[in-house]
Amino acid sequence: MRRPKPLPWLKPGVFVGALVPVAAILFRAWRGELGANPIAQALNQLGLVALVFLVAALACTPLKTLFGWTWPIRLRRMLGLFGFFYGLLHVSTYTVLDQGLDWRAVWADVTKRKFIYVGASTFVLLVPLAVTSTSGALKRLGYARWKRLHRLAYVATVLGVIHFLWRVKRDVREPIVYGTVLAVLLLVRLGTYLRVRLAASAN
Amino acid sequence: MTKLGTPPPASDVTPEPLYLRRREFVRNAALFTATSAGAGGSLLWLMSGRRAGKKSSRSKGNPVDLPVARQGTESTNESRTPYRDVTTYNNFYEFGTDKSDPAELAGTLRPRPWTVRVDGEVQKPQVIDLDQLLGWFPLEERVYRMRCVEAWSMVIPWLGFPLGDLLRRVEPTSRAKYVAFTTLFDPEQMPGQQRRVLDWPYVEGLRIDEAMHPLTLLAVGLYGKTLPNQNGAPLRLVVPWKYGFKGIKSIVGIRLVEAQPPTTWNLAAPHEYGFYANVNPAVDHPRWSQATERRIGELRRRPTLPFNGYAEQVAGLYAGMDLREFF
Repeated sequence: MRRPKPLPWLKPGVFVGALVPVAAILFRAWRGELGANPIAQALNQLGLVALVFLVAALACTPLKTLFGWTWPIRLRRMLGLFGFFYGLLHVSTYTVLDQGLDWRAVWADVTKRKFIYVGASTFVLLVPLAVTSTSGALKRLGYARWKRLHRLAYVATVLGVIHFLWRVKRDVREPIVYGTVLAVLLLVRLGTYLRVRLAASAN
Repeated sequence: MTKLGTPPPASDVTPEPLYLRRREFVRNAALFTATSAGAGGSLLWLMSGRRAGKKSSRSKGNPVDLPVARQGTESTNESRTPYRDVTTYNNFYEFGTDKSDPAELAGTLRPRPWTVRVDGEVQKPQVIDLDQLLGWFPLEERVYRMRCVEAWSMVIPWLGFPLGDLLRRVEPTSRAKYVAFTTLFDPEQMPGQQRRVLDWPYVEGLRIDEAMHPLTLLAVGLYGKTLPNQNGAPLRLVVPWKYGFKGIKSIVGIRLVEAQPPTTWNLAAPHEYGFYANVNPAVDHPRWSQATERRIGELRRRPTLPFNGYAEQVAGLYAGMDLREFF
């Protein structure tokens, strides 16, 4: 008899939970509960959720390092793809609903405003990661190259936090929270890297 | 005798492996539901700005009707932004930095009794009780466009009187070149002041000719009623050709001065917010364009007008000035 997969409920559960934000935004928009400026509200919330998923995807390996948990690793691809999914919804809301597909205004924004430039860069960096997220792509690229490419996830997430930080007018508490979490996650990885290097040089 | 009856035939008994599978299925279904609810709930909490524990303090006293003596001649015919939007989408950092915070949290403000100190370079400095002030000037309704520096706008029927009427009454001296305004400072009534998001109290200023301009209004109400707390009760400034942040709220001090006074947003970010802050589609905010705006309630952006559409009345005040330098 085939051994049943451990925690069969984990991935479907997170998948359904991850769709809650987009469902909530659509439901509130339909009910007229997104406030006086619904486009801005949807735009901000979609961007925030995208950042949450990017940070969550980067948390999987540190959780294994710190606590020995392996189950987050199984969620990593899905979390990253949800980051891209919400990033895509965020960018679409900006270009279609906010700017009304006025590409000249969008281009002017991207080139003139550094926070939008940084946000656009975040999204552009996520595209190759989403495209090569399949097992087939991993095989085609070879693990070493695939891994090197997917290090872009760090760059993208750092840029995402900077985009958030530069956007707020005055109250930086929320971006600082995400920046701090991200910094802790990166420090854990740095610790792993240094330990490996030290062990290697000791031999 | 055989109450229990005969045992069911062996073929009817659920085989043990299947019986265990059923229990496993129920368990997995429960864990699946808990996981999706946990993940979804956490995301909703993060989206709400993690404010589940924040206690709400809406205003208890409802705005009351005010007598309107006359309709202002400068009113626009554009359709008015609904009362609900005007009173739930506010920038009033004294009650929090989210647009929905002031409506939720401004109940702690006590707009009565209220006094305003008018002093500085005037012949008749005085502390005026708000109800006394209301008796001095007939209230008129002015429907003005309001353009926020964040590139959204509203159309609001204000109730008030020209600031110039009050200034003339206290008789400015020849040294009065500017007017400096101050918001109440009281972290008990204004909980947002417990954190140094801005340098409290909020201060604003106008050049004397801007202050005396007939469009410049001291507002005490909107939509025919007293100002709700979140809109700057009981007394606020309205300068329709300038960005909304010039419209200082809950004013306790008006001082006529000789030198240009400091202003809060200019102190916070001098390269982003100038002293003049005239609505100008040609001068962008460093982080976003000011060429267009979203009128609250509309889907498509509309072009922003120079001086917010009041150029005919006020452009002359800035003749010869480089509006890129004095933004």
